[in-house]
Amino acid sequence: MGNAIPHVRSAVGKIRGGVHVQHHKNTADQEIVRLPAPDKVVIPMQMNIGAPCAPIVNVGDTVSIGQVIGDTTAFVSTPVHASISGTVTAVGDITLANGVSSRAVTIESDGEMRLFEGLEPPKADTREELIAAVRASGLVGLGGAGFPSHVKLGFKPGTVDTLIVNAAECEPYITVDNRECIENSWDVLSGIQILKEILQIPRVVIAIEKNKPKAITILSSIASQIEKTKGEISVMQLRSVYPQGAEKVMIYSATGRRVPAGKLPSDVGCLVMNVASVAFIARYIKSGKPLVSRSLTVDGSAICTPQNVRVPIGMIIGDIIEHCGGFKVTPHKIITGGPMMGLAVISTDIPVMKQNNAILAFSKEDGLKKETDCINCGRCASACPMNLQASVIARLAKTGDAQALIRAGANVCMECGSCAFSCPAGRPLVQNMRLAKSIIREAAKSNG
Amino acid sequence: MVDNKLLTASASPHVRTRDTTRIIMLDVLIALTPSLIASVILFGLRSLAVTAVSIASCVLFEYLSRKAMRRANTIGDLSAAVTGMILAFNLPSTIPFWMVVFGAAIAIIVVKQMFGGIGQNFVNPALLARIVLMVSFPKAMLASWATPFAWRSDTPDAVTSATPLAILKTGEGTLPALLNMCFAKAGCLGEVCAAALLLGGVYLMIRRVISPIIPFCYIGTVGMCMLLYGFAQKENAFLFTAYELLSGGLMLGAFFMATDYATSPISSRGKVIFAVGCGLLTCLIRLFGNMNEGVSFSILLMNILVPHIERLTVPRPFGVEKEKKPRKDKKEVQPS
Repeated sequence: MGNAIPHVRSAVGKIRGGVHVQHHKNTADQEIVRLPAPDKVVIPMQMNIGAPCAPIVNVGDTVSIGQVIGDTTAFVSTPVHASISGTVTAVGDITLANGVSSRAVTIESDGEMRLFEGLEPPKADTREELIAAVRASGLVGLGGAGFPSHVKLGFKPGTVDTLIVNAAECEPYITVDNRECIENSWDVLSGIQILKEILQIPRVVIAIEKNKPKAITILSSIASQIEKTKGEISVMQLRSVYPQGAEKVMIYSATGRRVPAGKLPSDVGCLVMNVASVAFIARYIKSGKPLVSRSLTVDGSAICTPQNVRVPIGMIIGDIIEHCGGFKVTPHKIITGGPMMGLAVISTDIPVMKQNNAILAFSKEDGLKKETDCINCGRCASACPMNLQASVIARLAKTGDAQALIRAGANVCMECGSCAFSCPAGRPLVQNMRLAKSIIREAAKSNG
Repeated sequence: MVDNKLLTASASPHVRTRDTTRIIMLDVLIALTPSLIASVILFGLRSLAVTAVSIASCVLFEYLSRKAMRRANTIGDLSAAVTGMILAFNLPSTIPFWMVVFGAAIAIIVVKQMFGGIGQNFVNPALLARIVLMVSFPKAMLASWATPFAWRSDTPDAVTSATPLAILKTGEGTLPALLNMCFAKAGCLGEVCAAALLLGGVYLMIRRVISPIIPFCYIGTVGMCMLLYGFAQKENAFLFTAYELLSGGLMLGAFFMATDYATSPISSRGKVIFAVGCGLLTCLIRLFGNMNEGVSFSILLMNILVPHIERLTVPRPFGVEKEKKPRKDKKEVQPS
């Protein structure tokens, strides 16, 4: 039916490989529900790729929503804001889902959800002002990676000709980007206009997988209403294949350009932003309210009532699950993020971070596959969107030969998990890739 | 609240395909079944008995050798059963049972388990077993083919020493009709019904167990070469090619043996090189060699080359440019 909608373009490039994972978009029609204020939040100081922040509040301080509680002078980092109003009760170390230890600020709620008084719409008329404003907003890529957005926007003027708004949402279960497109479609479009005008990007492509027809219809009808863009903003529907939303895959699908290994999207004239990040920029420029809450899909076979929720950053995931009716069976595995690239957590006592887009809990049946010997079927190689031979790299990793691993392209791997997903022998191919990369890193280090 | 100690922490991805080694092997067994049925119709229950003995002894040897090596039992992955079935398909239905058991020992103990088990064998176990049997027992292996349907006639033990390939080669005797070539010819018990093999091959391709590259390139290469040879040497090149394609173990080899995962390349380019090599060698052996049949030896020889083919056909990762070799005449002057 997608082809019947006017103003919708089809993909330019067709990526090789990828896998067809069951979509499980159970919550696609569930409106995002704002959860009541939690009693406490634990806000980590490391919620982005790059440098962590240092807490600038002390135990006993009174804080309110949007107040900066952690900052750093490092460029590749973003400030951290209080997400509820209340009193700081602890500043200490916690262990994040990925096992990394981070400073964190615990705030006990006063139940008022007061906004910080100093918040006002930022001045963002020039490129520099916009970048500074985006940094101050605390925005990181909301699609999952958590890369500070202002760093992306700081490309050399004139080098980027295409803004790709990533609404592919190729991970199973997750539907918050889909909901963002449907519920906040005007925010998405005005965010696009802000970026397009200030950064002078001539062309914008909103890329959505075909399995979200509602989002495609709404965004394309709005895009066509914006007269003055003269078709410069278009919606593109992509094949529903994992990992369609991965940055390099997305750029190739949308423009047919290949990002060279080790290079950035801006090297091929592209800027890729997650759709929720774009909508957030529009809201921030209008209101000045920094990134203090985000939307999450809570789903999985162990969750009582799967739904989409909006929660303050730092809310404990156990509390969020309670709000979704708790567990209907004993959970066997809990994941932050999607099932293909998310992290399995060992406790429900960890906070939601800026880049988390889902909490999934699974019962015993969805357990691990038994690992057996590699039968050399080559399915890992046919599944790889980066054209790597995972089984070969896995064997090479055992030899520890860094040069051979570089030649085999181990560094090109983005750990999308397509190889391990398709392996009939249940081999731990992603771990082997990580091992391969660490061997390369170590070798580079010892060579100075 | 949840007991955190019961949570599983594992690396992504947290979902996996439902396919397992066992399901893949089961698919191969299913794909081989039409040919087995055809064989039973042609040669009687003796076919079934040979197949049963072969599968049973392969599974037993797999079990025993894993036990002896103190490694995990792997008969559940059904790969030994597949080897057993393919080995049986490569034997004449008249073969004594003890030879079948001997062949199974070669395939499983020597070729497969001594090199590390599934995925590690450097040649196809069933093929090497067939070749060992062929050189050890030429009479039983190469000169006593049951005549199709003889088991239902007055002379149930009628044997012929001439397969269509032998007739094609020597020109002595009369070739069966082309229709019989498709459904019922003399030969090893699994290779006699080309239609059934094709059916199985198509099933494997639909189930994506095998890629069409190897069978297509292998059969295609043999077809092209035979056609060229036919134009030069034979009266009716097309008929000659048709007979060559339907003769011997080509269909069995192209769909079920050359596609063996462990002994064929994983890259598409590698698969093409491998299959074309198999095709060329088959033609050379059939047309100019001493033997009637070339499929076994050609696949075996190409099996040995697989590691080298793999090394030469590693695909270029996404975004990695082809390395430009510096040309000698345009040497760049290094700024000093």
